[in-house]
Amino acid sequence: MLIRRGPDLKYSDVTPKSIYLNRRGFLRRLGIAGAAAAAGKGLWNLALPRQSVLALDKLDVKVKSPFSTTEKITPFDDVTHYNNFYEFGTGKSDPARNAKNFRTSPWTVSVEGECRKPRKYSLEELRALAPLEERIYRHRCVEAWSIVVPWIGYSLSVLINLAEPTPKAKYVAFQSFFDHNVMPEAKYAGIDFPYVEGLRLDEAMHPLTLLCFGMYGESLPPQDGAPVRTVIPWKYGFKNTKSLVKIKFQEHQPPTTWNMANPHEYGFYSNVNPNVDHPRWSQATERRLGDIFKHKTLMFNGYDQVASLYTGMDLRKYY
Amino acid sequence: MRKLLTSKWTKAVLFTAALVPFLDLLVRVFTAGLGPNPVEFVQHATGDWTIRFIVFTLAISPLRKLLNIPELIRFRRMLGLFAFFYVCLHFLTYIGPDQSFSLAGMWHDVAKRPFITVGFLGFVLLIPLALTSTAGWIRRLGGRRWQMLHRAVYVTAICGVVHYYWLVKSDVRAPLFYGAAVAALLLWRVADALRRRRRAPVPGHAREASVRT
Repeated sequence: MLIRRGPDLKYSDVTPKSIYLNRRGFLRRLGIAGAAAAAGKGLWNLALPRQSVLALDKLDVKVKSPFSTTEKITPFDDVTHYNNFYEFGTGKSDPARNAKNFRTSPWTVSVEGECRKPRKYSLEELRALAPLEERIYRHRCVEAWSIVVPWIGYSLSVLINLAEPTPKAKYVAFQSFFDHNVMPEAKYAGIDFPYVEGLRLDEAMHPLTLLCFGMYGESLPPQDGAPVRTVIPWKYGFKNTKSLVKIKFQEHQPPTTWNMANPHEYGFYSNVNPNVDHPRWSQATERRLGDIFKHKTLMFNGYDQVASLYTGMDLRKYY
Repeated sequence: MRKLLTSKWTKAVLFTAALVPFLDLLVRVFTAGLGPNPVEFVQHATGDWTIRFIVFTLAISPLRKLLNIPELIRFRRMLGLFAFFYVCLHFLTYIGPDQSFSLAGMWHDVAKRPFITVGFLGFVLLIPLALTSTAGWIRRLGGRRWQMLHRAVYVTAICGVVHYYWLVKSDVRAPLFYGAAVAALLLWRVADALRRRRRAPVPGHAREASVRT
């Protein structure tokens, strides 16, 4: 008899990470033995363990999300070793190395500004506000690569509703943690820190906008924005705020990091849009990590349900 | 030292060394060592080695004169051809995986995006230099004309640096490093040319000039 459990399976049920990492390590060592005859410094890098042992908690995901895509999930190893987290270095593999010892406990997130119930939340309080959902989202970087990630969290609207924004609140500003002692590489990044981002209140309230605590069945690894971050799947990746410490409601559009660094290239909205190119590269196509060829990019990264947020707006002007 | 430089083995050793980055990529292809974004890895590695070999090639003439080791000239053609080898691989990653071998797509991109335009220009300029790198072509063109033609590598070097600079998002350390290297090597040539012009024999001083050489 077949035991059908498909639809209830969560990412974490598939293969415990420790087992598959071991398997990878084993295969890697096999490969090394086989290729040892050939020379090259690549071998030396391969021989070094790529995966540091991170103390990630298992997160208990109670809810599956209808927003999840059925596309193939990008391997955990890729999503944790190909990061843009400029506070920890500008190379894609820098954050995995430099954020290894990033302390994320204790952690406080301050909710403030134009709201009736401003307060500071500990990470534990924040995590307990709503049942955690797993949401498998496409993630599209402005650099024209993309991944599919099983995030864990709940809609940011839960927290916003608790804060009760006043009628003056039109925008939400987000701020990342920054400490140059912890992030010495940041001085070479060429952008200012702390990293700040922002959304219009209605964008922040959209059910797709995720307050995210984990991925792949576990808490977030440091390089992916531990311990809490935002995920806005219809916007380019840089609109997400990693290692979130502040959420502020305000009347005016908040300044945002990449827009300040280069206003012609990075707009406030930064919706994924194949019809509006980045001045230096095309946004019409993207490369899914692991693929050789590119495929077509979808409007709003395929999240058409957000289109109504922008009716009547010229998305070429508000890029 | 001289003996070492003129030995045929030195050239073979240098040739092998210049192939190491390529062999490294090959090993990585077969051991899944190219990381999460293999195309980008190969693209960046071949791009880096192109600009490095251009810098090595441009460094030969200043080093010959400054260190007084004229024998270094033996390696210049080989280094230049390695720059061409790596830029061809670099271009292949662009026309293949990036443009899906579509010439129309490539022309569109070259015309539209300045950083692609300069990169492409730098690549195209290297083609005639690679083709005319043989002794036969030097003879056919004549030394003077050949030398004029091969000065196009200066333009390629500048294109390469600008291409890199326009590519990065905000951390400009690496392109500035290569920019400084290329600038120093080109400025040395300007200074050297001025110096030679000043020393050039003028009527009446012919004897003095000939004594100096």
